[in-house]
Amino acid sequence: MTAALELSGLTKSFGKTEIIRGVDLSIGKNERHAIIGPNGAGKSTLFNLITGRFAQTGGTVSLHGANLAGKQPYEINRMGLSRSFQITNIFPAMTVFENVRCSLLWSMGYKYSFWNLVARSKALTEGAEAILEQINLTERRNLPAGVLSYAEQRALEIGITIAGGADVIMLDEPTAGMSHSETDYIVELIRKVTEGKTLIMVEHDMGVVFGLADYISVLVYGEIIATGRPEEVRSNPKVQEAYLGEVLEAEH
Amino acid sequence: MSTSSNTSASPLRAGSMILPAAPWIIGALLLFILPWVFNNNSSITIMNQMWITVIFALAYNMLLGQGGMLSFGHAVYMGMGGFFSMHVMNYVEDFGLALPLPLLPLFGGLFGMGFAMLIGAFSTSGAGTRFAMISLGVGELIAACSVIIVAFFGGEEGISGDRTYGLPFFGIEFLKQIEVYYLISFWLMLSAFLMYLFSRTPVGRMANAVRDNPERAQFLGYSSRWVRFYSFMASGFFCGIAGGLFAINYEILTEENLNAASSGVILLITFLGGVGFFFGPIIGAIAFTLLQTVLSLETELWAFYAGALFLATVMYFPGGLAGLLMMHVPVFRLGNQKQLIKPYLKTLIPGAISILGIAALVEMIFHYRHAAIGDNEMTIFWTTFDSHAILPWIIAGAITAVALYITKTNAPDLYETWGEANTPSGGGK
Repeated sequence: MTAALELSGLTKSFGKTEIIRGVDLSIGKNERHAIIGPNGAGKSTLFNLITGRFAQTGGTVSLHGANLAGKQPYEINRMGLSRSFQITNIFPAMTVFENVRCSLLWSMGYKYSFWNLVARSKALTEGAEAILEQINLTERRNLPAGVLSYAEQRALEIGITIAGGADVIMLDEPTAGMSHSETDYIVELIRKVTEGKTLIMVEHDMGVVFGLADYISVLVYGEIIATGRPEEVRSNPKVQEAYLGEVLEAEH
Repeated sequence: MSTSSNTSASPLRAGSMILPAAPWIIGALLLFILPWVFNNNSSITIMNQMWITVIFALAYNMLLGQGGMLSFGHAVYMGMGGFFSMHVMNYVEDFGLALPLPLLPLFGGLFGMGFAMLIGAFSTSGAGTRFAMISLGVGELIAACSVIIVAFFGGEEGISGDRTYGLPFFGIEFLKQIEVYYLISFWLMLSAFLMYLFSRTPVGRMANAVRDNPERAQFLGYSSRWVRFYSFMASGFFCGIAGGLFAINYEILTEENLNAASSGVILLITFLGGVGFFFGPIIGAIAFTLLQTVLSLETELWAFYAGALFLATVMYFPGGLAGLLMMHVPVFRLGNQKQLIKPYLKTLIPGAISILGIAALVEMIFHYRHAAIGDNEMTIFWTTFDSHAILPWIIAGAITAVALYITKTNAPDLYETWGEANTPSGGGK
């Protein structure tokens, strides 16, 4: 069985600075995998490399065994990988419903059609409404997305991310900047919508990470120093030293 | 149902589930009736110009409003469509081809689209400064070509034709303005409807998405570039139709149809009308054509006023005239419109007087500086006086100052009432 996502010898340099210094990682199907690490470790860069936002300097990324080198983000998305962003990235001037509907268009096969009317498609409307239901935004349906609260915008972004039916979902700090209750809400939501899918997420909140992830990788200075089950990672002395020690201490 | 913020969602842009037919029926009826109300030739000429501009402005807004692409050279696509239509018209005349005149704009549209595909192939890779600069460059390039490629553009005198040489269409020869009027009206309805439908299709919806956030759209499986390209192509098609109608209406096209000034005017019109709403450019085109035709009969300074209006729009009402109208929808939904009547009258009447007063002063300065020596008599607002005497200046200045003062005093009250009228349950809370 091929891994959902496989990175091998992945490197990225900006000028002379090497940000990602040879990452090997294999993420299996239906696995919930969290990537943690100190600030500046290159977590977001790693995300951007995988999703084609940046071009890698060396190494390969493969999705279900297919090499992603040189692919544009929209091509990668069509192959079944979808992502959210660290900074909320939605369509602020469009309504919440419209946001979700747009994210369904490609996967429902509409492509660049100018001979279908979106309002005529029952599947599209119902699909969008089902997603809204899932992310608890049905009541906000007709509001411009830009006026939603922060947590609601994050929920909407997760909705947009999963709407297209991608089976590999990447979330970049989904709970950043949230209160405890908001975090609980989002974690529940993530658990619900990624059921039966592969989830890869970057997260700083260790409560979220240890609660949600099946596997954890620790990225420090562009290298993965440990990968494993949460309890293995937690007790790994290298991880303790490089990262988790301070974080867990700070949380107490 | 939640309150004011909910109702402020723009209904035309936000996907309503039904296609409301009423505006279209009313529009068609108006188009039909108007020449019976304004039945002299000059009115019909003005309306012909107006409806052609409406098509052009709507097509332009497919880029600016719907797709977030600012083009500084869009006259080119209308012009190209127009030039090509004119050539087709002349071929029909020379070779006696069986082409009914009403189909001519279609050729303009296809040519405009073809040209847009050519330019769009490289210009739509981005939406920002790059796109704007390319559009400007292409605009200048084509305008300059008009004196180089004389065979197509006819050099400085342009190319002309005669619409009546085509095949009569059910006995109509298009000799009379009114016949052309209905031809233009037909194409206006058809184009406007198709453009509206376009905005409701998957690619039309994605145009909005790419406008808002091109990167996010990429991660939904759409190439921003292709989405922009399709919008650009569709816009080129409808610009070309406007060009074809221009060729039929005026029977002459020159470099003026391609140059940067014409491109600037359509940007102005569209922005004035409001880019955020589908019908915005319609209002803009009507308002601007009226300024251009009716006001220009009254004063040589019409462009000065049009410019001032444009500036005021950009600075105070970035939603344009349509945005100004739609601002009132929540107030009406809450049933608070009556509250606004009094403060509106108290502020807007002196406001209007002060604007007219400023206009009078501007006209007086213009007359003082510009009129022939010895010609001291001028007429403005049905009053004739000596522009070199001191008294008229004092009167005009005083009226303006007083009106401005009253406007300024009453304005805070209007703001306050506006806020209250936008609050549910009649304010208070």
